[in-house]
Amino acid sequence: MVALLAGALLVALWTAAHYGLSDDRRYLLPTPLAVLEALGANAPVLARATCNTLEGALLGFGLALAFGGLAALVLSLSPLVRAGLSPYLMLLQLTPVPVLAPLFVLWAGPGLRSVALITFLVCFFPLVVNTTQGLVSTDRQLVELFRMCRASRWQEIWRLRVPAALPYFFTGLRIAAILAPIGAVIGDYSAGSSAGDGGGLGFQALIYSSQAKYPALFAVVAITGALGFLFSGGVLLLSRLALGHWHESYARRDV
Amino acid sequence: MPPASAIVEFRGVAKKFGDGPPVLADITLTARPGELISFVGPSGCGKSTLLRLIAGLTGVSDGVLTVDGRTPEQAAAELAFVFQEPTLLPWLNVARNVEVPQTLRGVPAAERAVSRARALALVGLAGREAAWPRQLSGGQKMRVSLARALTLAPKILLLDEPFGALDELTRGRLQEELLAIRAQQGWTAFFVTHSVAEAVLLSDRVFVMAASPGRLRAEIAVPLAYPRTAETRLARDYQDLVVEVSRRLRVAETAATAA
Ligand SMILES: Nc1ncnc2c1ncn2[C@@H]1O[C@H](COP(=O)(O)OP(=O)(O)OP(=O)(O)O)[C@@H](O)[C@H]1O
Ligand SMILES: [Mg+2]
Repeated sequence: MVALLAGALLVALWTAAHYGLSDDRRYLLPTPLAVLEALGANAPVLARATCNTLEGALLGFGLALAFGGLAALVLSLSPLVRAGLSPYLMLLQLTPVPVLAPLFVLWAGPGLRSVALITFLVCFFPLVVNTTQGLVSTDRQLVELFRMCRASRWQEIWRLRVPAALPYFFTGLRIAAILAPIGAVIGDYSAGSSAGDGGGLGFQALIYSSQAKYPALFAVVAITGALGFLFSGGVLLLSRLALGHWHESYARRDV
Repeated sequence: MPPASAIVEFRGVAKKFGDGPPVLADITLTARPGELISFVGPSGCGKSTLLRLIAGLTGVSDGVLTVDGRTPEQAAAELAFVFQEPTLLPWLNVARNVEVPQTLRGVPAAERAVSRARALALVGLAGREAAWPRQLSGGQKMRVSLARALTLAPKILLLDEPFGALDELTRGRLQEELLAIRAQQGWTAFFVTHSVAEAVLLSDRVFVMAASPGRLRAEIAVPLAYPRTAETRLARDYQDLVVEVSRRLRVAETAATAA
């Protein structure tokens, strides 16, 4: 409710700002109405681009989920493994996407596969770091309880460390969910292609800006934002389903 | 060879961690089956370490420790540990928490359900199987933790300040429940506590420890009759014993600070 009011206020301010600008500079900030119109006018193109981006984002996100979880499990096995691999993980994260994009294009070809790879790269790090942290910070007394019950290493991991790490995992997942659409758009921007599928939102943004279609550019921004909301909303729902019944942060205050 | 009547025997046991100073020195004591032995002493004198040795969670540095005629590791199946915190798994409900030790040992579900029901009834939590740990009070969580230990039908129960975090009233009630359960089950128990009154009420023998390194400074037998109940707290000989143990504890503490 409060968010809706704030939104309405923002739109009003925005429109006012548009008319506040001198005539020759109004193109810098199209009105929300103009953006909506552009959205309608370019609907088929934008819909296809959104689908392509969504596909890349989902694929990359899914890959990050699978490999991130796996990598965290491996990293949690021993401090030696962690010490050996962490610098390379950092390196992956520290290399800027535009530098890597041409490499990915070289290896995987332009379009969906490169976009997915870049999204994967962006999502991977927060997932691994958070999940690993969770896997190694299991309560010591719980570990001792399991040792006393003669639990196997396997049981200790699956019945204790993995469930105990779930809240950390979901924290990582929420960060990754916010990054996934951004990663896909940036990936598309630097490695997208009009060939075959016609590219995604990043590619479309390139086209619109070169054609000076600024309202349409704003429409792309809006769609990207909406995708981000969709992703993080989905993850929030998922974490509620997984943790709702036991984790303090989801405990309802009134029970 | 330990005498047949010994279930746990320390002979000249010492413990240190790595290159650190000795934490325990020259521990010699024999526990008879069914006995409840308490340890009281200043913080850091090695009480928890003593229990962890019996549990086989850490090894002795010197001397011999026999548990049920074997090494602590070999005897692990006969042991159950109750920690200071309830240490429940928050993602499992009460029933599944109580079943954890048996689940880990591969006990079939039907059998697990039987021992779980019995254990929960003993601690007065029958009917709370579906509750989540976060819905329980501190005392209830501790009861669940106790029930979990009891499902294993242990020969030896190790309790490390199990009631330390509870309010006085709950604590008293749980002490009485523990006495009643013990009367039914007859395990041997080692009980660490900071409360002299608790030690006297529950124990057959109280050991007073001194710190750096941890040693057994005094042994006080508690010849109070069973069954012990809330009434016992009012008895003159109980109160005399509490005074006696407190005095020994003070002596042990001043001796340690003087040294
Ligand atoms: N794993 C360990 N590594 C190194 N030192 C340890 C370890 N565990 C315990 N110690 C040391 O051994 C000593 C005794 O610890 P312990 O936990 O047994 O004391 P305690 O009598 O149980 O104290 P408290 O009453 O505060 O619980 C302490 O000085 C502690 O620092
Ligand atoms: Mg302790």
